[in-house]
Amino acid sequence: MADISSALTEIVGKGYVSQQAQERYFYSQDPGLMQPHEPDYVVLPASADEVQRVVKLANEQKIPVVPRGGGLSLTGLAIPQRGGILVDMRRMDRILEVNERARYAVVEGGTSEGRIIAYLERHHPTLRHSIPDAPPQATLVGNAAIHGQGRLAQQYGFTSDMVTGLEVVLPTGELCKIGSCSMSPYWFSKGPPLPDMSGLFLGWIGTSGIITKIGFKLYPRKKLRDVETFVTDLPDLIPDIVFKLTHLEMVEDINIWFQPLPLMFKGNHHMDIYLTGDTDEELEFKRRMVWNALSEYIEAKDGGFMWLMPDVKPTFMEMPQKSIARFADVRKGGGFQYAGPIILVEKYPDCARKTEELGSKYKLGYSVMARMIGRGHCMMFGFAFTFNRANSDEMDRVRKALDEAIEFSLEHGGLPWKPTVDEQRAAMDMMDPNTLKLFGKLRKALDPNGIMNPGNWEVS
Amino acid sequence: MAEDYTKQIHRCFNCGYCKFDSTYSEFNCPSYVRFRFDTYSTSGRLWLINAWLRGEVQWDEHLGEILYTCVTCRNCAEQCIMRFSNDLVDWIIAARRDMMEKEQGKIPQRVGSFLEEIYRIGNPLKARMPRGEWADGVPGYSKGAEYLLYVGCLGSFDGKAREMAKSIATLLGLAGVSFGVLGDDEGCCGNEVRTLGEQTLFELLANNNIQQFRELGVRKVIAISPHSYHAMKNLYPALGADFEVLHYTQLLEQLVRDGQLKTRDTQAKVAYHDPCYLGRYNGIYDTPRQVLRGVPGLELVEMPRERQDAFCCGGGSGNFAMDLLEGSRDSPNRVRVREAYESGAAVLAVACPSCLTMLTSAVESEGLDDKLVVSDIGQILKQALVT
Ligand SMILES: Cc1cc2nc3c(=O)[nH]c(=O)nc-3n(C[C@H](O)[C@H](O)[C@H](O)COP(=O)(O)OP(=O)(O)OC[C@H]3O[C@@H](n4cnc5c(N)ncnc54)[C@H](O)[C@@H]3O)c2cc1C
Ligand code: SF4
Ligand code: SF4
Repeated sequence: MADISSALTEIVGKGYVSQQAQERYFYSQDPGLMQPHEPDYVVLPASADEVQRVVKLANEQKIPVVPRGGGLSLTGLAIPQRGGILVDMRRMDRILEVNERARYAVVEGGTSEGRIIAYLERHHPTLRHSIPDAPPQATLVGNAAIHGQGRLAQQYGFTSDMVTGLEVVLPTGELCKIGSCSMSPYWFSKGPPLPDMSGLFLGWIGTSGIITKIGFKLYPRKKLRDVETFVTDLPDLIPDIVFKLTHLEMVEDINIWFQPLPLMFKGNHHMDIYLTGDTDEELEFKRRMVWNALSEYIEAKDGGFMWLMPDVKPTFMEMPQKSIARFADVRKGGGFQYAGPIILVEKYPDCARKTEELGSKYKLGYSVMARMIGRGHCMMFGFAFTFNRANSDEMDRVRKALDEAIEFSLEHGGLPWKPTVDEQRAAMDMMDPNTLKLFGKLRKALDPNGIMNPGNWEVS
Repeated sequence: MAEDYTKQIHRCFNCGYCKFDSTYSEFNCPSYVRFRFDTYSTSGRLWLINAWLRGEVQWDEHLGEILYTCVTCRNCAEQCIMRFSNDLVDWIIAARRDMMEKEQGKIPQRVGSFLEEIYRIGNPLKARMPRGEWADGVPGYSKGAEYLLYVGCLGSFDGKAREMAKSIATLLGLAGVSFGVLGDDEGCCGNEVRTLGEQTLFELLANNNIQQFRELGVRKVIAISPHSYHAMKNLYPALGADFEVLHYTQLLEQLVRDGQLKTRDTQAKVAYHDPCYLGRYNGIYDTPRQVLRGVPGLELVEMPRERQDAFCCGGGSGNFAMDLLEGSRDSPNRVRVREAYESGAAVLAVACPSCLTMLTSAVESEGLDDKLVVSDIGQILKQALVT
């Protein structure tokens, strides 16, 4: 063990390796409810070369390697289930290129969302990327590695759909470029017109390699942005409303939330509909289109637009929206977790009712947050429950509620998003056997020693 | 407070907003920037303290180091998004206090010697010379003088900070202010002692000062250090103090405004570094800038991280002497002088003797000696004075 520690020190330098109890404790968990498991070492590499050398060492020694960004998945995806080397990627946080005309950027594998937001704001104010509501220390790679969704998901899909190239340290230690960057100086395509191999890494939660660079699409950033909140107490109308809104092809983001507290919110489903424009006229036109599209519901008194008080509005406009993380402290408990299946929008009413049912069954504070992905193609439906870290009974009840929520959504044709180890198993049990076999073959081919984030997506 | 923190500390979600500045452009927790393990960030500390309280992590030198590399800069308190944000640094301080007691005095060696020096010789800098030596030619405080100029340990013993104290005293003299210093009779303000968790020693030092000031009939104190300013203004009243406290830049600003100090054209590009204890702790951001803006020809440039977002020099909580964050390009003082240099400034203005010491040594480590000068606002004003 001392040998491994000194080999790691040799690679990343003194001060960037720890075997101490404190680092092992901290990196054994995330803010969610998964069982902690300690790494044996925590390392902070500064370059792809260092990552390669760490992975080669891990292969020689047959010890696990687990990459970690912000560690914010909440479902324990960067918890080293089998110990080994935890690689905290965040010293690799340089913004390497922004191609303004081709609207893409390239950053290192540990670059935080926060840094990207600030950099674009300062240096490229006409461009933006799809910002998730995860706290800003989340990394863009971490988001792509779990097929995350940001503010532009309704328009352009999952974060992984927006990737334009990767540099990856393979589980066997080779450094590999994926997409146009493999044969051109430009990072504009993750695959097409070549065979698209990016799918071997995106959404694989660190089980198929360590991403050291990522290219991703940028989109026009309009000068103005606003939000309209449509409220209805009839969840059954939501799929229809989403269909009408997405047909317009005019809105930026659609988020739906539903929660029992404060009391004024109880029983109402709030749809935050974001609009952007370069001029007041453009914004006003879009606003009118949205109002017209929903006028029938207003006339039937099935819903209406809520007036957002001026001191409340900034909360809705933030990116990332801090109030999501604040949910952890609504009951002064410091915790929340959500099951977030990707599921058809038509399932919204059933899922919303299920959340309420679970909240009252397990006596939990709950909240629904659903984000539309694509033009009504699907949504991330978040069954969210808050818990008190000092109350183990409540934490157990949240675990049970989340298990039930996932079971319910799989029964309704959904897919588990950023699945816990147990949810991965449940998904594999349901998967077409030949799909599973292919999955297993790919894993074996990529990672013959089974060192990459073991315990996750393990095809038996 | 110590008891209270144990019931609250689990509320940290470990979301990490507290690591950044308000724009998210940079990590802004100095100890996290220096060490880059999450354990050295705010949430790292809070989670480890909680684990220690629950018996899941034991005290050892490493835990001590993690705890004491917090420089109490309050960036986290500014950026944390939760309702308890204001209490964060107090929780860390309370835990230090609690650990000192429960772990029978186990603390990192440098922290121990810092506290011991203050207890034994009244200053943490191991200085054995008379405290008032710097004050040659500066009037001693006598009853009836309007202000007591309190210079603190750095102002009394540190080379650069002594020049700073001297400049301020000279300016006050030239402006005809009625003031005096305590010289050999001055005691440590205790602010750093308190942040290191030694509450009893803090109260001892504070009570001594309060009693001495009362006996001398002091009604107004000018503190050169924002750390002393903070302790005397915000913490001493709970111990019975009833005097007024000003930071020296507040008085200089008045004197310039009233025409008692006049400056001539001075061509210089100056960046101002907000000290944590003046800015984030006391909301004083404009006054020092106004003093600088009052100098004709002086161009004030802003660093990307300024005001509430200022990046700490790393000197707080005794680190101007212990310097637990030293030894790396990522040491906060070195990061900060690079930022100042990149902003195009030739002078980095400070308003705190800790910042002065920390940033001056960083200029040397970064090899910026002939490119960037660190200078206190008093010295800048003095050089620009029409005499
Ligand atoms: C309050 C809150 C709000 C959230 N809102 C959203 C939201 O709106 N949208 C959304 O999509 N998510 C959201 N999330 C979930 C999650 O935080 C984000 O998806 C986040 O982007 C994950 O990034 P991370 O850096 O924290 O990843 P981590 O948790 O560190 O890692 C995630 C997975 O990726 C792997 N990984 C990390 N780095 C690499 C690498 N360099 N190479 C290969 N694999 C790697 C890890 O091993 C792990 O399996 C939210 C979470 C919270 C706490
Ligand atoms: S201190 Fe506040 S901002 Fe920082 S991690 Fe904890 S809850 Fe989040
Ligand atoms: S006070 Fe400063 S150094 Fe201490 S945890 Fe907060 S941000 Fe970090």
